[in-house]
Amino acid sequence: MTLETAGFWGLAAVLLASSLAVVLTKNLFHSVLYLAGALVATGGVFLLLDAAFLFGIQLLLYAGGVVTIVVFAIMLTERLVGERIRQTSRRLAVGAIVSAAVFVGILMAVGQARLPTERPPLAGDVTRGLGEALLTRSVLSFELLAVLLVAALLGALYFARNDD
Amino acid sequence: MGLQAYLLLAAAVFAIGLFGVLTRRNAVGILLGIELMLNAVNINLVAFSRFNGDLAGMVFALFTIAITVAEVAVGLAIVIVIFRVRKTVEADRLDLLKG
Repeated sequence: MTLETAGFWGLAAVLLASSLAVVLTKNLFHSVLYLAGALVATGGVFLLLDAAFLFGIQLLLYAGGVVTIVVFAIMLTERLVGERIRQTSRRLAVGAIVSAAVFVGILMAVGQARLPTERPPLAGDVTRGLGEALLTRSVLSFELLAVLLVAALLGALYFARNDD
Repeated sequence: MGLQAYLLLAAAVFAIGLFGVLTRRNAVGILLGIELMLNAVNINLVAFSRFNGDLAGMVFALFTIAITVAEVAVGLAIVIVIFRVRKTVEADRLDLLKG
């Protein structure tokens, strides 16, 4: 068993377990902590796929940024102690059937497709290539992304501002 | 590990996230499920990019990550506003637009 195989199965186990915990645990706050675990495991999968830069982005933006915002939102909308933070789920059977159907559908599509089993050798540094692609071929989308982030920031501020 | 293994892992995470979106009552819980689904998409993008030797998929993954962060910020701001106005974030009770 190579290191990559072992790493893949370990990360897959962590990712699936923490994802299940996110959707099943009763305490919303614990959900967010499990989500952080799932996001870090996803970053590990990126690392297995030679995307070290995306691993860093994933840690900074997702595991750092998103989790912090969600924790703040929970603190503003729930009482951290007491019964309010307990969340319930509804229509478990319907949800399980629909998501199982989607999973089986993807499974069949993936099973029928002819997919490469070996990855091609790396053509140079991935991070360097990413940076060059961002600032040459997709520079317009990159700049639009900056505009979108500003718009989202202003929009969030506008929504959450105090009226008084 | 072939591409198939990564795709199946992403499919499982996507299905779990979908389950969360369908069953959670709390609006923040629904957002967490959406996060999981978007993560599965990112795994797919990066895996295809690596196995096809084309960096475009990773550039796409970078864009989806950044847009997801913006989406979460706006979504949670809306949740906070709804909580301020309606005093609840239970999605079932937010049926103001129901005819």
